[in-house]
Order: sequence, then structure tokens, then C-alpha cells
Amino acid sequence: MECVFGLVGKGFAIVAADTSAVHSILVHKSNEDKVMVLDSHKLLGASGEPGDRVQFTEYIQKNVHLYQFRNGIPLTTAATANFTRGELATALRKNPYSVNILLAGYDKGVGPSMYYIDYIATMHKIEKGAFGYGSYFCLSMMDRLYHPDMSIEEAIELIDKCIIEIRTRLVVAPPNFVIKIVDQDGAREYAWRESIKSPDVSMA
Amino acid sequence: MVGKNCFAIASDRRLGVQLQTVATDFQRVFKIHDRLYIGLSGLATDAQTMYQKLVFRHKLYQLREERDMKPQTFASLVSALLYEKRFGPFFCQPVIAGLGDNDEPFICTMDCLGAKELAKDFVVSGTASESLYGACESMYKPDMEPEELFETISQALLSSVDRDCLSGWGGYVLLVTPTEVQEKMLKGRMD
Repeated sequence: MECVFGLVGKGFAIVAADTSAVHSILVHKSNEDKVMVLDSHKLLGASGEPGDRVQFTEYIQKNVHLYQFRNGIPLTTAATANFTRGELATALRKNPYSVNILLAGYDKGVGPSMYYIDYIATMHKIEKGAFGYGSYFCLSMMDRLYHPDMSIEEAIELIDKCIIEIRTRLVVAPPNFVIKIVDQDGAREYAWRESIKSPDVSMA
Repeated sequence: MVGKNCFAIASDRRLGVQLQTVATDFQRVFKIHDRLYIGLSGLATDAQTMYQKLVFRHKLYQLREERDMKPQTFASLVSALLYEKRFGPFFCQPVIAGLGDNDEPFICTMDCLGAKELAKDFVVSGTASESLYGACESMYKPDMEPEELFETISQALLSSVDRDCLSGWGGYVLLVTPTEVQEKMLKGRMD
């Protein structure tokens, strides 16, 4: 099912997510981007109810941009995480969002950081984390192979190992994944790992 | 746990979602002011929300009264905040520990609806509470000095959480005397 996972390395943070949009037994599309670029130096990987996911992550993105427009400086990763947790917690006892979030960011002076925010607004700063059925495999792989201050090559190797593990061992394994990275140069897409290519739709 | 003019408050460090362990460095004991601490077990999101509400209320109190809250007053505040949500409660069980007037230690615990339980010796909460009651009852002695109190509370915590699959992954002990505060991490079974 939906897998989002990520880790913090030396001067960067990576968030990877599967890219299947699924409705019961039907796969609508295999190239749905679930890792949103919040602003220049933040990534928000989200998994959960599709409508809530898009709605909530766009709401957070617009509010992060609004803060920057109003105040002239961007929010820090910690502040964004606390804002996101606050929104989820306020909605929790009224009309809860079913969205699990991994927020990764790079702040000057602090470096890279990653926050785990689950759908009931439990927030914790972590070095490695995962959501979904894939988490059972990814967390164990990362417990074994992760060490602090990994280089980008080592981190991508670990991410790839996690993806291979999910593809091998999960019964309804998502075929494609997107990997995004955030470091001092900004947040950007790093790579796709596709085993099923979506056919190009020819224009009418 | 209460000692001679001192108290200690301890917690485990696991953050989990049922069977899955998410983090092993989760902080459950929070400072309200130099002589008052609260430990919040139960649902992590409600513990975080409760802590934020309590810090807010205490800061307002400090601005209005120009002093820190007494532990007994704070316990009543926590109880009132929890009972406000009587029919849709916060799923957290607080343990409050503080030094009151004349450096008299004060401890109490509550259920998730705010029913206060004062004690003179020790209070416990969490998934391992039954084990903790047993361990504390057998290990506790009145009027322990800080070093002995630290040993006792550490042993009680570690032996209880080892019997509970949802607790553990290390321990955190805070020992407060009138003159100093000591924080220590405990190394326990990491499973």
C-alpha cells in the first residue's frame, strides 16, 4: 500500500514515497507525486486518504508561503512541524484528517532535520522514519544499515535497498517510487525508481 | 517518588504505535518551572497538547501573579482542564511532582478525567502501572536521601518496564532537590 519513508544524512535529508494512486483494487495512476515541495528548503511526504492528503498538504503549503509573504522570512522546519501538528490536533476532535506526514527541511545554522507527524498529531523529531505497510520493512532495514552522517551515495543505496525490500516482500507492492532531497542548495526531485512506466497519453 | 526533601520522576523513552516502535528518545517528563515537573503517559498527541495548554496557563499565571504556581494549585489546574473534556477526554494520565513550601515534596497522579490521587510515597501511571505499583511498594522506604532515591526509582522503573512489551527502550530519571536538578538516562533492555 502507501509507503513514505525518509532519513537524515550529512547536510541533507531524503524523503521517498511510492507513486501509486489506488482506489480499492484499481490503480488509477502510477506516477502520483506524494512528496510536496513546501518551499525552497522543505519537503512534505504524506500518505493516507487521497482527498485529505492533497487538501491538507496544499493547505500547509499555502500557509507556509503566506508566512513568508507577510513576514519576509521563511518559517523554520521546526516551526512548520509545530504548525502542521497544531492544525492536525485542532481538527482531530472535529473532522480529523487521515494523513501521515514526514516533514524534512534544511535550516541555515541548524542543518537538516526530519519530523514524524502521524494522523493523530503525534510529533517527534527523528533521524529515520517510515509510514505504511512498507514501514515494517524499511524501519528494520534502516535500523540495521543507517548510521549518522551518511553521505548521499550511502543514503541513496539504503533507500534503494528499502525499495527493493518493499517490492520483494509486500504483497501489493507499489511499483514506482519518487525520491526527493533537501540540502543547503534547496529542495528538489532526486530520482524516480520505476518498474512500470506509465504510457504517454497522446494529445488529441 | 518522594524522598527526604527531594523527589524523583522517571519515565521510559519509547514512542510506539501499538506493536511498532517509532522512536526511542521520546520525552514524556516536562518542566513547568524549576520546582515542578509533570510526566504525561498515554496517547502521545494528547500528552503534547496537554503540555502546551498547561505551559500556556502557567505562563499566564506567572504574568498575573508574578510568581510560580504551587504544586497543589497546578494539580488542581490539571484536574480541571481534564474534567472540562469529561465527555470527550484527553487520553493521558499525568503524574505531577513538585517541591512546595518549605521544600516539602508533593506528588500526585490522575486518571484521564482528572480524578486526583495524592500520595505520600509514590505515584505511577502508564501501561506498566500495575508492575510499577508492585515494584515501588516493595522497594520504597520513607525519607531516602537523593542518591538512594535515584537508585530505588531506577530499579523500580527498569524492572517494571521489562515486564511490559509496550514500555521500555531506556529510562529517564529526573532528581530534584532544593538546590539542584539532576537528569540521568538509564540503560535498560532495548526491546
